[in-house]
Amino acid sequence: MALLQIAEPGQSAAPHEHRLAVGIDLGTTNSLVATVRSGMAVVLNDEQGHSLLPSVVRYDADGTVTVGRDAQNRQAKDPKNTIVSVKRFMGRGRKDIAHIESMPYDFVDAEGMVRLRTSQGVKSPVEISADILRSLRIRAEGALGGELTGAVITVPAYFDDAQRQATKDAAKLAGLNVLRLLNEPTAAAIAYGLDNGSEGIYAVYDLGGGTFDISILRLSKGVFEVLATGGDSALGGDDFDQRVFCWIIEQAKLAPLSHQDARVLLTKAREAKETLTNHSQAPITIKLGSGEYVDVTLTTEVFADITRNLVQKTLGPVKKALRDAGLSPEEVKGVVMVGGSTRMPQIQRAVADYFGQEPLNNLDPDKVVALGAATQANLLAGNRLPGDDWLLLDVIPLSLGLETMGGLVEKIIPRNSTIPVARAQDFTTFKDGQTALAVHVVQGERELVSDCRSLARFELRGMPPMVAGAARIRVTFQVDADGLLSVSAREQTTSVEAHVEVKPSYGLSDDEVAAMLKDGMSHAADDAFRRALREAQVEAQRLVEATRSALSEDAHLLNESERKNVEAAITKLQSVVIGDDRRAVDDAMAALSRATEEFAARRMNQSVQRALAGKKIEELQ
Amino acid sequence: MNAFNQDHFALFGLSQTFALDTALLEQRYREVQAKVHPDKHAHLPEPDKRQAMQWATRANEAYQTLKQPLNRARYLLQLAGHDPRIEDNTAMPVDFLMEQMELREAVAGARVERNAELLEELHERLRRQIKAQQAALGDDLDVRQDFAAASDRVRQLMFQEKLLQEINDALEVADA
Repeated sequence: MALLQIAEPGQSAAPHEHRLAVGIDLGTTNSLVATVRSGMAVVLNDEQGHSLLPSVVRYDADGTVTVGRDAQNRQAKDPKNTIVSVKRFMGRGRKDIAHIESMPYDFVDAEGMVRLRTSQGVKSPVEISADILRSLRIRAEGALGGELTGAVITVPAYFDDAQRQATKDAAKLAGLNVLRLLNEPTAAAIAYGLDNGSEGIYAVYDLGGGTFDISILRLSKGVFEVLATGGDSALGGDDFDQRVFCWIIEQAKLAPLSHQDARVLLTKAREAKETLTNHSQAPITIKLGSGEYVDVTLTTEVFADITRNLVQKTLGPVKKALRDAGLSPEEVKGVVMVGGSTRMPQIQRAVADYFGQEPLNNLDPDKVVALGAATQANLLAGNRLPGDDWLLLDVIPLSLGLETMGGLVEKIIPRNSTIPVARAQDFTTFKDGQTALAVHVVQGERELVSDCRSLARFELRGMPPMVAGAARIRVTFQVDADGLLSVSAREQTTSVEAHVEVKPSYGLSDDEVAAMLKDGMSHAADDAFRRALREAQVEAQRLVEATRSALSEDAHLLNESERKNVEAAITKLQSVVIGDDRRAVDDAMAALSRATEEFAARRMNQSVQRALAGKKIEELQ
Repeated sequence: MNAFNQDHFALFGLSQTFALDTALLEQRYREVQAKVHPDKHAHLPEPDKRQAMQWATRANEAYQTLKQPLNRARYLLQLAGHDPRIEDNTAMPVDFLMEQMELREAVAGARVERNAELLEELHERLRRQIKAQQAALGDDLDVRQDFAAASDRVRQLMFQEKLLQEINDALEVADA
């Protein structure tokens, strides 16, 4: 549908200013990139016309990195260096990964997020995911003919802080500006909600390759409000494949398999599962590298039997989410099915039985998340048109807590709190002259630290030395719109701000990410320098435009000298942006940001007051 | 005038009473969020993004405080400078305590037996009690301005709401 674009002052939507933004579904099995073109969300295909990019990355000894179909087709040849379903390793340690012994990968024995030894050295799941994202970025830039302003990247709603941060780090490495980390069920809800325009309570049942999410949302007057979310970040289609795989081995009485044969058989197991979506039988015939023959037939009944408890496993989180939302299944107006795995007939039946209604399948379950993400990306990039005014109110999926004396957890932010959300907690010192404090944050619902998941240790340094117990250190825990936690601390009596050092339990430190970025750059030194400079120049241009726009409307909020300051900072930035001194551009941008901090605060204040001003008069009448 | 530092009621343009039009609260909350939410400022410079996050957080805090009757009551007491002394004042009327203990025992029994039907019944009974308490709280705060009575009732309500949560947890287990 073509819309007439009417630009508001200061909010131009002129064609030449249309910003290129994309939505990326970084899936366990397949990834996609989509964008909004001429008012419609579309998935971008590769040169062969395929929309899905298999989330498979292969590292050859000669330095070649292959992503997608080609890598997938050759996985049996070199399983150790062909990484499949890397999403299952993001923000996870060795102990978190089921069946790790049967995987063909060479895992490094260490604490924290797992790492894999490949023919191109030790790789973090963050780097491997970055390779997938880079491939999608290149595809998008090729299709759209320009550099991307930013991307919305989706994550399972049930992903914890470590998994989310790993995703954001991967995007950074891939050269993407993340506009938002968006929860997959919410993305699907946008695609459905805007398509159907219906109001009411909806459940999104999202079963992907490796993760399961259930979200309960209320759509009303252009607001998508998540009421509750739950799931299992280690349950997906892969597990159904695994059951079939084991069944084949049992039926065909196979000897222990080589990694290559295991890969081949796993692929066959998946194909059989997919065949059963539309047929009652799936023959599996293959001759393995070991010389053994497999000739068995999987039926719908047997498949349902061997996977029954997996289907049941999805219903637990569904019940909990409904309870958290204070609703019964009958109050749900529609159930949206997301993820390729929801094609399985027994899943469709189980969901229909539980909710007492046929689930909604009108949008392609493989594409719906990317389409929703693209729609949101378009909005966030600033390509807003009159009428595009929906609001997403999402929640944090897991409670955040602090470790206190005796290994107990004190919950500071409960699950399903609407984000962004913050909580302050006061601490004091234990010893005279103590200048540092450590806070251990965990995620989960249990009472003991050992039963929860360690998120990170935050070390607060640089506190003014005082007598033990005299200091009042206010620590603020802020969860942003991406669902990521940041911690700040201030000693109340002296107003000294602490320096916070983050030590993630299952993530990369800032230094590690910086090193990886530099590493990536040194492989294409000159190009990377040009690219970084261009990015800084583009950002500077935008900053100047935004500031000018704000001045044109709200200059009355500043006094004469403040306005002069801002103008001077703009002039300075404009003078350095045409050169090639990246550092000077960054410095000038920082100076302009500082000069407009107070201005931004006053504008926001005015905006809120205006929104309510008219109402107050009504109230009095 | 800095709107950020106003109390929660003023922020949404509502009168400072326990009696609250929840539909109106929701409408005002959405109006504020529509202006301040980070999604509306994602393409703007850092200072604007920072402001957005602070304001949206503030709006969420205000909304959650005013939405739940117990939180609202505690907040009103706080605004009136009255500390309900939740930690150290544990005095409660005898008949209230007896009633609660009886309920608690019934819940414990039902939990062990995983008797979902009985748990639902107890849930309903407790919910009705809580509703009555909330009505009385409105009277204490808005009509008689008896903050001491309101504080007592707030402490009782906290007790009852905790039990309600326990029944929910027991129901989760019974349903599994």
